Amino acid sequence: MGIRFSLAAVVALVLAVFLGIKAAGLTYFFGVCVPYAAILAFVGGVVYKVLKWRRSPVPFRIATTAGQQKSLPWIKQDRLENPVTKKEVVGRMLLEVFLFRSLFRNTKFQMDQGPKLYYQWEKWLWLAGLLFHYAFFIILVRHLRFFTNSLPFFVEPLERLDGFLQVGLPGVYITDALFIVAVTYLFIRRIVIPQMRYMSLPADYFPLLLLLTIGVTGIMTRYFTKVDLLKVKQLAMSLVTFNPIVPEGIGVIFFIHLFLVSILLAYFPFSKLMHAGGVFLSPTRNQPNDSRIVRHINPWNYPVKVHTYAEYEDHFREKMVEAGLPVEKELPAEATTPQAGKE
Amino acid sequence: MAKVPKPNELVIDHRLPGTGWMDTPVVFRPGNFSYPGKAKNLQAVGLPNPREWSPTDEDWKLPPNWKQIILEGLRERLDKYRSLRLFMDICVRCGACADKCHFYLGSGDPKNMPVLRAELLRSVYRKDFTLAGKIMGKMAGARKLTEDVIKEWFMYFFQCTECRRCSLFCPYGIDTAEITIIGRELLNLIGCNIDWVVGPVANCYNNGNHLGIQPHAFKDMIEFFVDEIEAVNGIRVEPTFNRKGAEILFVTPSGDVFADPGTYTLMGYLMLFHEIGLDYTWSTYASEGGNFGLFTSHEMMKRLNAKMYAEAKRLGVKYIIGGECGHMWRVINQYMDTMNGPADFLEVPVSPITGTRFDNAQSTKMIHIVEFTADLIKNGKLKLDPSRNDNLIMTYHDSCNTSRGMGFLEEPRYVLKNVVNNFYEMPPNTIREQTFCCGSGSGLNNDEFMEMRMRGGLPRANAVQYVHDKHGVNAMSCICAIDRAVLTASMNYWVPDVTIYGIHELVGNALVMEGEQERTTDLRGEPLPGMEDAENEDI
Repeated sequence: MGIRFSLAAVVALVLAVFLGIKAAGLTYFFGVCVPYAAILAFVGGVVYKVLKWRRSPVPFRIATTAGQQKSLPWIKQDRLENPVTKKEVVGRMLLEVFLFRSLFRNTKFQMDQGPKLYYQWEKWLWLAGLLFHYAFFIILVRHLRFFTNSLPFFVEPLERLDGFLQVGLPGVYITDALFIVAVTYLFIRRIVIPQMRYMSLPADYFPLLLLLTIGVTGIMTRYFTKVDLLKVKQLAMSLVTFNPIVPEGIGVIFFIHLFLVSILLAYFPFSKLMHAGGVFLSPTRNQPNDSRIVRHINPWNYPVKVHTYAEYEDHFREKMVEAGLPVEKELPAEATTPQAGKE
Repeated sequence: MAKVPKPNELVIDHRLPGTGWMDTPVVFRPGNFSYPGKAKNLQAVGLPNPREWSPTDEDWKLPPNWKQIILEGLRERLDKYRSLRLFMDICVRCGACADKCHFYLGSGDPKNMPVLRAELLRSVYRKDFTLAGKIMGKMAGARKLTEDVIKEWFMYFFQCTECRRCSLFCPYGIDTAEITIIGRELLNLIGCNIDWVVGPVANCYNNGNHLGIQPHAFKDMIEFFVDEIEAVNGIRVEPTFNRKGAEILFVTPSGDVFADPGTYTLMGYLMLFHEIGLDYTWSTYASEGGNFGLFTSHEMMKRLNAKMYAEAKRLGVKYIIGGECGHMWRVINQYMDTMNGPADFLEVPVSPITGTRFDNAQSTKMIHIVEFTADLIKNGKLKLDPSRNDNLIMTYHDSCNTSRGMGFLEEPRYVLKNVVNNFYEMPPNTIREQTFCCGSGSGLNNDEFMEMRMRGGLPRANAVQYVHDKHGVNAMSCICAIDRAVLTASMNYWVPDVTIYGIHELVGNALVMEGEQERTTDLRGEPLPGMEDAENEDI
């Protein structure tokens, strides 16, 4: 159900822009209005979300420790897996953000008769995740070509490296292929593995299908239904200089691509895609495990009702005295007398 | 109590139900839930909505405005805990956590996949706190808060041991323990909790410890172990209680005072402290290291934990040593100083024997007995005869809390290797930070929950089985009172040849004490290796 809903949503989006351009000629709307609105939603949404997260304090140090703590001097601390200093935390976060350290631990279980459990090597999710994110990142950097007249120094070497296979003309970018492969893998995995399918929501299929369609339309503009890239650049430049003009004769496939990217941008802050921002704020990863060394302050720490020692002793004083336990207040003389009388 | 099926009759099926998880209602049956908190226990600590009820009833007698209580409670916690707010938003359902949970592995119930456990709460969050959820409903993964949802929460937040194994594998560090802790907190607002948690909480609050041992009885019980030690080696140790002016306050989980085999560990503490002449005192008021408040709410955790510092201050000690316990150390490491500090009336712990300054505890002023002992051994202050433990082929179970909530991995191994000669590690996927829960942590170690406990204990037991078959392992040590109690049960069930030991029981066995008689038995009264005949002479 989730898959069908997501697929229908993507198809509807494609149809909307197709008809909008072909039938209604809304090139200005899809070429200018929508991208501007999307950027606005993206920036506004991300800022809103991050501020909202940040407004909630972090009351306790709850780092998930994944290695030896800092302890006696002769015991070797695992500085990246159980950080204590700021520098060590930064190290842990770099591993997390750039190499998906935690996901790299992944295994897959298998249960045999017995019952007997096995944990198998399973790095495909990590690999596909990593490839997808890096491919996406490089593709984004390559797109800088459209938005600036003087390319930043690193873009061209990156492009050359990316296209070093030199297959066909124009040359095929490796990242294009990796992007499609990785997203396809992530999508298929979600459908084929029963547990994945069971837990997946429309909100899981939709971004994957959206990304896949963005990738495919992007590739099409370059290799198949070739779009006049000079005109595209003209449009892009006009957008970034806030002097929007939509040149005549840009193919519809480009508008589909641009529209879906706009949808992705606008959707981003209000969806699980915000994990990209959230990972930096995750208290189990970005906190040092130093709460025995430095007192962490909880801004809303409040006094609570406790059972004081005085109350405890009042309750048990007789028994304590009888057992020879020291007490703060001796038994009152008047109280002992009638009791002694009883005996 | 339901009868637990035999290990070979236990059906574990990982196939998924035909209906989606939102449309699959929970079924309470004997063995898969814990009995609800008794009204008198709720009243004892002032928890809301005390009443007699049962999860198997149709009507849970929720307060009339329960929905409002839950939603307001959730809103308040979203504003108080960045963890919760973030973890509600950023899960991508990648599935990496799914098969890392011992309850999922052992039960096959998909709602025990950590991702779905969190979705139980997230779905409600989306409906009432996000725009997409309000508009798109189910398509956005949102659903209405109903009594059935509360029943589901009760089932699955009390089928999670807050062990944090899933959080280790999550690319964003989403911690199901946070979800479960706060989920339970919300349930507590409407009086839905389990007696195995609320009972100990009430006991601890009023009597000083979970088991409700009163001061005179507490002293009696410790003195019983003094006699036991004397019977083993002729040495009479002399513990003191509530003594002002002692250098150190010692706090351990009351399970060590009450239940085998933790009691042998306690004998180990007594012997060690006597041998090094430590100036320490027990407290009957702060006679609980564990903290079932952690399994109730943050507030209750703070209320129970407060006693340690309060008692340390009253007695005027320099610092505190804590015994072998799992969740106790999660609380001490990650919550205590923040909640009940600053402990500016205490001093940075310095071992009076070795002079080592424990800078890693310079703010809490509380050290773990195993780091204390490791330091003693490293400095050659203890005479140890590990051959007394030679009949044991040992492995070591890392407790979830000390591993993933602290990183206490090498210290116990160092001590262990100095007091036993035969030691084998379980497979790497099941130890250290990747350790599997015993299956009964976070207040779930009750009898009525036995079937789920054995299921949850399966991954740990399987790893033990592996070293049992491969190396003939017949003993497993641990530094957690709950472990000592529940691993004994789960080993009886899954790997009956394996016995459970606390580290300080093994220290007690190996410790060569000044002026002691030749020992013929270990602390359990079992003959020492090579002393099987001497035992008979004794009789």
